[in-house]
Amino acid sequence: MAYPYVSDHEVRVLSKHFGDPSHRRIDTYVERGGYKALKKAFEMGPAQVIDEVKGSGLRGRGGAGFPTGVKWSFMPQDSGKPHYLLCNADESEPGTFKDRELIRWNPHQLIEGCLIGAYAIGAKHAYIYCRGEFFEANSILARAVEDAYEGGYAGKDILGSGNDIEITVHQGAGAYICGEETGLMNSLEGRRGQPRVKPPFPAAVGAFGMPSTINNVETLAAVPHIVDNGGDWYRQFGTEKSPGTKLFCVSGHVNKPGNYELPLGFPLMKLIEEVCGGIRDGNALKAVIPGGSSVPIINAEESSRCNLDYEGCEEVGTMLGCASVIVMDEKADIVKQVRRMVDFYAHESCGQCTPCREGSSWTAQILKRIEYGRGTEEDLNTLMEMTQQMVGTTICVLSDSVAAPVQSSIEKFREDYLSLIRRDEQVGAA
Amino acid sequence: MADMVNVTIDGNEVSVPKGTTILEAAKRVGTEVPHYCYHPGMSSPAMCRLCLVEVEGAPKPMPGCVTTVMDGQVVHTQSDQAIKNRRGVLEFYLVNHPLDCPICDMSGECNLQDYVHAEGREQGRGVEPKRVFGRDDFGGDVLFYGDRCVMCTRCVRFMSEVEQDHRLTVVERGNRSVIDTFFEEGLEGTHWHGNIVDICPVGALVSKDFLHKARAWDLAHTPSICDCSQGCNISLHTRDNLVQRIKPRENLDVNAWWLSDACRMDYEWMNRGDRIEAPLIRSNGGSKVLGWKDALQSILKAAEGSDASVKAVASARASNEDLAAFKRLIKGLGGGEIVYRSPRIEKDIPLKGFPQLAVRRDRAPNTTGANVMGMTRVGDDSATGGLEDIAQHDGIVLVLGDTLEDQPTTFGADAELYVYVGQHESAATASAHFILPATTKAESEGTFTNYEGRVQRFWRALDPPGMARPPWLVLGALAAELGCGEAVRSAEDSFAAMGVDAFAGITYADIGERGTVINEIVHMTGV
Repeated sequence: MAYPYVSDHEVRVLSKHFGDPSHRRIDTYVERGGYKALKKAFEMGPAQVIDEVKGSGLRGRGGAGFPTGVKWSFMPQDSGKPHYLLCNADESEPGTFKDRELIRWNPHQLIEGCLIGAYAIGAKHAYIYCRGEFFEANSILARAVEDAYEGGYAGKDILGSGNDIEITVHQGAGAYICGEETGLMNSLEGRRGQPRVKPPFPAAVGAFGMPSTINNVETLAAVPHIVDNGGDWYRQFGTEKSPGTKLFCVSGHVNKPGNYELPLGFPLMKLIEEVCGGIRDGNALKAVIPGGSSVPIINAEESSRCNLDYEGCEEVGTMLGCASVIVMDEKADIVKQVRRMVDFYAHESCGQCTPCREGSSWTAQILKRIEYGRGTEEDLNTLMEMTQQMVGTTICVLSDSVAAPVQSSIEKFREDYLSLIRRDEQVGAA
Repeated sequence: MADMVNVTIDGNEVSVPKGTTILEAAKRVGTEVPHYCYHPGMSSPAMCRLCLVEVEGAPKPMPGCVTTVMDGQVVHTQSDQAIKNRRGVLEFYLVNHPLDCPICDMSGECNLQDYVHAEGREQGRGVEPKRVFGRDDFGGDVLFYGDRCVMCTRCVRFMSEVEQDHRLTVVERGNRSVIDTFFEEGLEGTHWHGNIVDICPVGALVSKDFLHKARAWDLAHTPSICDCSQGCNISLHTRDNLVQRIKPRENLDVNAWWLSDACRMDYEWMNRGDRIEAPLIRSNGGSKVLGWKDALQSILKAAEGSDASVKAVASARASNEDLAAFKRLIKGLGGGEIVYRSPRIEKDIPLKGFPQLAVRRDRAPNTTGANVMGMTRVGDDSATGGLEDIAQHDGIVLVLGDTLEDQPTTFGADAELYVYVGQHESAATASAHFILPATTKAESEGTFTNYEGRVQRFWRALDPPGMARPPWLVLGALAAELGCGEAVRSAEDSFAAMGVDAFAGITYADIGERGTVINEIVHMTGV
């Protein structure tokens, strides 16, 4: 028994040293083969590193699942401008807790990934934008970066290779929206954390107006392993279209919640039943949010045929997102859960776009009314129609994230809403 | 041309320069896409989401304000998707809008009102309690009604991008976002903040000066020119024969969309009640009201056969037409020196984001016109003094427009003939033999010549008091009797008959509403 829970089904690549505090130390890390990949990358040259990552099929772990190697290749050649690599460690999606653990237990893995990534895209400076509330992770990371500088793995003339790459850890101030890539850039630059209009895309005009690439913590943490072992090695895990391993953050009504590193394509039910030890008190499954709170909710039937990879989730009408599996059993109050999620988004909306600013708080108000038994059936129609106006009409996708749980829950759990609405009618009639 | 692209907007094909936004291209085919945050004079944050239009081939509706057109693009601004989006966004705006139109100054010229009437829902669905921010004094002339705000941030961007004095910001986020000043520092001391009231698409920013003064639909709008040598294009908003407020009028060559606070607040003088309303003749200590015909004939009779020298005071607030007629009259009387006085400030105060516009040093609208006609500026920067010579002149003294408020009662007491043409009497008019009522710029038509030599027209907004007439009409008639020029009956004819070389060949039609620059510019030197 180690790190809260482990399972035999796991393929522990990134999370191998979770639970071992000694691995935070640079000497332990190097002893166990750390920074070997960095040396190898310097020997390979940027183009070949990008090819290797392309070949591995690694897809962005922040939620969108865009192929990482392809993203890197979008960076302009010979632009004459400084390039920046940004690491998005502003992990704030409700239900997600993988990046925090990656930083807490294995900060050098991330730093090495950042260095390789920065080298590949021709960046002389990498920024790690770390969520403000991650006090422990922040201090561990800051210490690790210091150690990396001291050990000659960062800064000027890294390992005598002639490559200069600076690393800066930036602590956010506590805003969900700063996890949106352009919002993060604005925040990093000292502006209001508001997403920017795209185009221009970050590869053309990113942080400080310069070509930038932004990657999730888990994505960059996987890079040293890919460089070290080769893209084909990475492809042995997971599926054809979704290769590799993925950290699943399981929370909710399971007996053993936690972080589990599994190959992509793992069946959802197997995750719940075998990896997480089943649902609490032997209750029946009611609903699952497989990818963090901004993806559509699926019911028990859909869960039974859902495989956890990018394509498998799409097949049942949801998204893998950042693989934060929130499990709800039959006793869960769906309306309350959705209302809480919408409250979160309403609180975190940056307030730029009207549909999001006004729509998210209005949605929260209506849901609260329904939850307290003062809703009407007409409210459900209003919610459905209004949330449709919040999809695809804003600068970023935060308002889409409000719409997803609301729409999917009304479609799939209409009875839960209606029973709250009718409860009021029944009371009135009595 | 190579850098032109062809797009189809609502079935109309149009060719526009590369880089034009969909919103601007739509204007070319006569379609105004509703919008809030976009303003042509500032950057576009694309955040109001009202201007989303359907672009064929695009997966999502695109913001018309920042999406540049591409060759062959097909855009629909009136498709189901676009209309549904606008309807949705407008409903979102109304979720927290107080709908206090009956007591809102913006009512009647409010974009939210207009858009909702045109495309919004007939009935709101919001039953939840509304968000309340209350009212805040932003300093200067600006009051902020947070509840009405649509969060377009035009005001914030105006202060940071155009005036370039960061006095406003958005505080908080999401639904709690609100415009605010920095701590206790408001808009005091800024020179252009009145513009944020103009560009606010709703009644969130209102003018203290105009607060509850008039309803927008009761105001008549008359194009005019402001009172500094910049010659900003303005619109006089009038009701009950009084100017109620001044708003800028778009002219990209002069002031774009902007107007300085100094010019904006300088209108009460046009509403003064203590006006000269009839021609007066003074003799033997008494005064008599005359009809115009009698007055002019009496003046001619008094001047007849006199070979006394003429000294004259004009005003840089008089129009080109008035000054030219004045000059012709003086020529008819044998010629003489004409001086004028005008106030000045220390230096120009440019608008940083649009530097061709400034609060000009010369605080009179027609100093260039006066200079072009060979008049000399005298006196100090508060437009006082400099008339000692004329005050004691024993020949003919003529005054046009200058109120002579700093001058003593003895002004012109020794004069053989002293004619005063103006709007107000003062101590220095006591010795005048004739006092003739003149109109202000708000009561007549005419032209001013601004600092760069641009001749611009203004139109009549108010009825003149009593028998007041435009000076060009009265003075032109006198001059004609004396054999200098012809008597004219309209401002247009008067302009054509000015007889000043610099204006030769220009007609009112050439000037239009945008103005035209004269060939010869005589800038003031020395003085």
